[in-house]
Amino acid sequence: MTKVVERKPLSLLERTYLPSIASGFKVTWKHFARSVFKGKTLTMEYPEEKWVVPEGYRGAPYLVKDQEGDTKCVSCQLCEFVCPPKAIKITPPGPEGPAADRANAEKMPREFEINMLRCIFCGLCQEVCPEEAIFLQRDYSLTGRTREEMIYNKEKLLELGGIHGGVQKWKHKLEEAREQEAFPVKNP
Amino acid sequence: MDAIKYLDPTTQFVLFSIVKILVAFGVTLTFVAYAVLAERKISAWIQDRVGPNRATPVFIKFLPVIGPALVRLGIFQPMADGLKFLLKEDFTPAYVRKVYFWLAPALTAVPAFMTMAVIPFGSTLGNPKNPMVIADLNVGVLYTFGIVSLGVYGIVLAGYASNSKYPFLGSIRSSAQMISYEIAMGMSVIAVFMVIGDLNLSKVVEYQGANIFHWMVWKQPLAFFIFLVSAFAETNRLPFDLPESESELVGGYHTEYSSMKFALFFLGEYANMIAASAMMVTLFFGGWTFPWGGGAAAGLLGGLGHIACFVVKMLLLMVVFIWVRWMFPRFRYDQLMDLGWRRFIPLALANILVTALVLAALNH
Repeated sequence: MTKVVERKPLSLLERTYLPSIASGFKVTWKHFARSVFKGKTLTMEYPEEKWVVPEGYRGAPYLVKDQEGDTKCVSCQLCEFVCPPKAIKITPPGPEGPAADRANAEKMPREFEINMLRCIFCGLCQEVCPEEAIFLQRDYSLTGRTREEMIYNKEKLLELGGIHGGVQKWKHKLEEAREQEAFPVKNP
Repeated sequence: MDAIKYLDPTTQFVLFSIVKILVAFGVTLTFVAYAVLAERKISAWIQDRVGPNRATPVFIKFLPVIGPALVRLGIFQPMADGLKFLLKEDFTPAYVRKVYFWLAPALTAVPAFMTMAVIPFGSTLGNPKNPMVIADLNVGVLYTFGIVSLGVYGIVLAGYASNSKYPFLGSIRSSAQMISYEIAMGMSVIAVFMVIGDLNLSKVVEYQGANIFHWMVWKQPLAFFIFLVSAFAETNRLPFDLPESESELVGGYHTEYSSMKFALFFLGEYANMIAASAMMVTLFFGGWTFPWGGGAAAGLLGGLGHIACFVVKMLLLMVVFIWVRWMFPRFRYDQLMDLGWRRFIPLALANILVTALVLAALNH
């Protein structure tokens, strides 16, 4: 369906452009006076003042620790697999690698690197993680002097990520196991 | 200084002229730089922004309170901009017509400065034989119109030399626009000169000198209005900035230009604005005379006062130029032509007729 927009012919006064001069001046003066006399501008002077990053903002992905300060990542490499720009590189511990922080976790990564120059902040790593070990956090402005500096390693990622007070998926299993060990079971 | 008095009059004249040219040229260039700053600042304020407030030279840390205030006003920004233009890569595309490509920016900038020559920017600095105008021509205004119309060649040449579509379209628009509005502009001032009876701009100022009520703007408001609007069109300013309309033509006639060559176009545009403002001050706002009147200055201080008065009036008109930019949307091309040919030219002609009739009636 076509809609015909009615265009009224301009009146004689309007054709002199004088009313539009007046209204144009009114609008511009209003804004000028507000910026100059009241000092109210819409601009934020960025490096000095910064905006409040809202809750749930999807910035740079960092690794998190659980409430006990243990690494949550179990080196399953799902995030590495799903990462569209291939920014994540995980080095698994291997058979002789260090033991995981958590008692009942099978392993944790020997090295976990995110190349922040490649990362597109898409959040697929967070979505895919079965252990809730990686989260997009509040940082949006990452800087460095070299390309190498922009590859964040495990230590740095864990430090920046902090502690995530989420569900501890395996905690009750661990407790159960411990209780069982403590339970006096007589061997036949 | 006494040595000057013993030189023969011709040498003295040449010497004073050179000094005046150098000073006027330098001052105009400074005004151009700061007009750009004013444009950026006022535009920013009108759009609820802050504008340039970062350029900080090294010495500023020795100025406790004034320094940061100046930085906030962006006073040092033009210096940084100038330096940037000098250091930028001067790129000439392979497909351009080289000679004309190099010639065009100069042809735009030079006429803009040459128009300043006939404008009386002050009375005297004590010596009545040495008026504060570079060339006190009897045909002052004719010279200005002649030079101003040269400016269009730079733009046409830029469009032709760039050998690409956007600059070409921009320059076609520009030449059509400038030629159309020159007619309206020329006709609007005819009425002014009919009242005054002299083409010499110093005489024009003298005529209006008595006080604010003798200013030409009261006697010829229509002529002033037509001249003002035509000046917007002549200087390619909004709402008539069709030649450079960014949304359609990228940058218009200077799309292919970079670095100092682009800066020259920019310089030319702002110098044209300054020249147009100076011309309007001279023709309609009593030139260098104070609003309360008073003749040529007797001493150095009075002379400087007159120059200051001229500059203040000019700057106010510059603010009008800048302000109007944000008051209107751009005119469509046919509207522009319609306004020029079917409104302003008949209006200017009618104004001439009415002025002639009134003058004839008064003389009888």
